[in-house]
Amino acid sequence: MGAKLKSQSPRKPRDRRPWYQAVFALGLNAWIPSWFKGEIFQGGIKGVCVPALNCYSCPSAMGACPIGAMQTFFGGLRFNLSVAEKKFGLYVAGLLAAVGSAVGRMPCGWICPFGFIQELFHKIPTPKIRIPRFMTFFRYAVLATMVVALPLLIVDEFGYGQTWFCKWICPAGTLEAGIPLILIKADLRPLIGFMYYWKLGLLVLFVGWFVLSRRPFCRTVCPLGAFWGLFNKVSLFRMAVDDEKCTLCDKCHKDCPVDIKIYESANSPDCVRCLKCVSSCKFGAISYEFLGKREVAPDLRVKNRAESSG
Amino acid sequence: MKRRLPWILLAVSLAVMTAGLLLGEYNKVLEKAITVCLDCIGIG
Repeated sequence: MGAKLKSQSPRKPRDRRPWYQAVFALGLNAWIPSWFKGEIFQGGIKGVCVPALNCYSCPSAMGACPIGAMQTFFGGLRFNLSVAEKKFGLYVAGLLAAVGSAVGRMPCGWICPFGFIQELFHKIPTPKIRIPRFMTFFRYAVLATMVVALPLLIVDEFGYGQTWFCKWICPAGTLEAGIPLILIKADLRPLIGFMYYWKLGLLVLFVGWFVLSRRPFCRTVCPLGAFWGLFNKVSLFRMAVDDEKCTLCDKCHKDCPVDIKIYESANSPDCVRCLKCVSSCKFGAISYEFLGKREVAPDLRVKNRAESSG
Repeated sequence: MKRRLPWILLAVSLAVMTAGLLLGEYNKVLEKAITVCLDCIGIG
């Protein structure tokens, strides 16, 4: 009898998301032999843009970074038009928009290795700092200027623009490619100059910020998150908050890895759809819906089943 | 209309992506991805 009651009692579900993040981080960078050969993976599947900010110059990267690819298209657009070559970046833009239309920013919460790295650093026990809301709008400026406008507008004598975001900002590139390639390719070391130290310094600053604030890069700088965030309100995957069940206890806000109050805006562009709030809400007020199917927290499902059977 | 919007967006996105693939953009991305991006690593 006692054993039966024990088996029916609601159990706190384990947060499996870090495991998914780890598997995706390793899966997107799975070509380990490259590390020993001192080169980057060059297989034919590398033209597939991965749904994450993952540098394609990481030696073991299996796919292409969509933000790097997008900048390449914008940077080459004027040259391509001048030679009547029809390469507009439709493949990358369409792929990103398709992912956004389906699930919004969900890949940020489950797939992106750089988001995972930020969450790991944030586990280091130190006093934490909240990011002011106005700073979260900066990522749209990064998307508009560094990814679109500057590669398109500032071109060399041949009509080619630079990949401004990769070159001046992207700490994922420094961490996943800059440091490893310098370590495994001795012939690159003499080329180290101001830009390398600039990016290394920026990475150090970001890592410090990762420790102090919740996913600061995703919230204030990431152009991919900025783009997918635009789809959160219109995607097939939707978050929902039941106002009648919500007690405004703020537990979801305290547990949120991007520090948002989901009860104020269920499909906020800042939400990475990690679903932490769904499992942390004791009242079943937060749910998600995908293709017409609505889900609440797993522990509440267990509790409801136990109540209905007893 | 609100329920249809994500489906319309998804269909348009997939159409745009297919158009890009038909124009040979996959190879363009592959070409970039298999070359060490000096800008990305900070020595460009």
